[in-house]
Amino acid sequence: MALSEQSIPEAILSVENITLSFGAVRAIRDVSFDIKKGEIRAIIGPNGAGKTSMLNVINGFYHPQQGQILFRGMVRKRMRPHEAAGGGIARTFQNVALFKGMSTLDNIMTGRNLKMNKWNVSLLAAMFYYGPTQKEEILHRQFVEKIISFLEIEAIRKTPVGRLPYGLQKRVELGRALAAEPDLLLLDEPMAGMNLEEKEDMCRFILDVNAEFGTTIALIEHDMGVVMDLSDRVVVLDHGEKIADGTPAEVKANQNVIDAYLGVAH
Amino acid sequence: MLYRESGQFKTSYSADQAIFPIRQDNWAMVVFLLVAFIAVPYFGTEYFFQAIMIPVLIFALAATGLNILTGYCGQLSLGTGGFMAVGAVACYKLTTGFPEMNFVLVLLLSGIITAGVGLLFGIPSLRIKGFYLAVATLAAQFFLSWLFNKVAWFQNYTPSGTITMPPREVFGIAVTGANADAMDRYLFCLVFVLILAMAAKNLVRGPIGRSWMAIRDMDIAAELIGFRPFQTKLMAFSVSSFYVGVAGAMALSLWLGSVETAEAFDINVSFQVLFIIIIGGLGSMMGSFVGAAFIILMPIVLTNVMVGALGMQAVTAKHFEFMFFGGLIIFFLIVEPHGIARLWQIAKEKLRIWPFPH
Repeated sequence: MALSEQSIPEAILSVENITLSFGAVRAIRDVSFDIKKGEIRAIIGPNGAGKTSMLNVINGFYHPQQGQILFRGMVRKRMRPHEAAGGGIARTFQNVALFKGMSTLDNIMTGRNLKMNKWNVSLLAAMFYYGPTQKEEILHRQFVEKIISFLEIEAIRKTPVGRLPYGLQKRVELGRALAAEPDLLLLDEPMAGMNLEEKEDMCRFILDVNAEFGTTIALIEHDMGVVMDLSDRVVVLDHGEKIADGTPAEVKANQNVIDAYLGVAH
Repeated sequence: MLYRESGQFKTSYSADQAIFPIRQDNWAMVVFLLVAFIAVPYFGTEYFFQAIMIPVLIFALAATGLNILTGYCGQLSLGTGGFMAVGAVACYKLTTGFPEMNFVLVLLLSGIITAGVGLLFGIPSLRIKGFYLAVATLAAQFFLSWLFNKVAWFQNYTPSGTITMPPREVFGIAVTGANADAMDRYLFCLVFVLILAMAAKNLVRGPIGRSWMAIRDMDIAAELIGFRPFQTKLMAFSVSSFYVGVAGAMALSLWLGSVETAEAFDINVSFQVLFIIIIGGLGSMMGSFVGAAFIILMPIVLTNVMVGALGMQAVTAKHFEFMFFGGLIIFFLIVEPHGIARLWQIAKEKLRIWPFPH
């Protein structure tokens, strides 16, 4: 699992001196780290440390006041979320953000939207349907079916996701992110609120995605057992500042991290 | 074989993605088409066409348009009447301005013009949502009514202020004007509405429909996976307005013949179409048709029962009709906000695993 630094030298994304404030509140202060190609990178920290804000900065939902982000070697200025999606960044959300009125299949199909041929799904072609649009639909359906069997959710293919239990919704959401064939997958608390069995399943899927598709993964997680087992490297945020960065073993031994989580004796 | 999906196996994705995946639905559709194209024209009377079938078709088309915007894309609109007026006025101006133009082309162009107007009024949807957007579209309704009333150019400077559709033919058969036979108008309506409804169904089951529903269900997530909210909403606004505009053009040309724009397409029409999709089913194509049939037929049936069978006065019956109608809307909003189409869906799901409850 733990790949050595030498075998994965190339950083797919580097975050450089990012500062993000909302009015007087500074959510992120001068944070820098990088994510290397093919690794599983965990972002951890106590509540309110700025983890989700960091993900929102990475996929263009928030615009930092200072600092820059290099994605695949290119500096990104102000980027809209759909541009980040087009660039190969997909994500899941802390509280499931599925399209509740649509079936599992349709939800995962929406993840394919950027891969579809613009002309084949243009207004007039789609009105006529038979012909280019149908061909395009079937082509992408085949890909989506692979994801459905990978995630073992064949039985709920046609069920509206609003009616699914929480654990399955999280899985469908992962499926929707995978459908975009991302280079970088951001997972915001993929295991929150799950029981042990569901967590084990989700861990297995994350490892499989990383190993089979070679997808780089950045994940936020509060379950330390999961973080230490899954990730290659961990970055620790506290009150918007980076307090540690390194392998799980290094981070676990870091005094700052222990202080942040357990408090300091006065 | 029971009416259900289980047991009817699909061997290709195209079969699985068909509009009617259940075999019996195809038969029902064939029967429906036979009835609509053969039995109705054979048995129908002038009154039946003019008071029931033509308005049902036209309101079904308008409801389809509003359903695209409200039911599928989640943008509440109260400007349907105004956009129908745009379609009607566009149709009138095009037929009188270009007498040689084919009537089918006139209808389509009226729709396209309305789509442009709808696009314009859709721009606020980037910033405002829900009830606030409804108020913005309400402004469209009043503004458009006022405009068509105030600017005499839209009525070709007729002193009465009414617009009257001149006679036009399609394939040598008169479909508009005083001499057009009601059956011919009905058949023309039927073909036109069915083709447009089919196109709408294709849109909503395909990639564009998914983008609309994604915006409706969770607009932030939709943006983060690559949809562009503004473009998607504007497309919904313009496609919806296209349908509503064509419905307005058809209401003038094939149904009413002569209208005073501000009165024929007032705010009540907007509400009527909204009720159709609430009762029929938000986010359902079938719902638009069932709802339209329900809303047009219900007053007629009620009047017949109360005045004809119970011997009430027509005025009293009218009041009862209002009460019944209001009660019905409240009932649907509380019990089944997804309308009749949803009830049908639930029945289908029950049948799927019958006789087992789970």
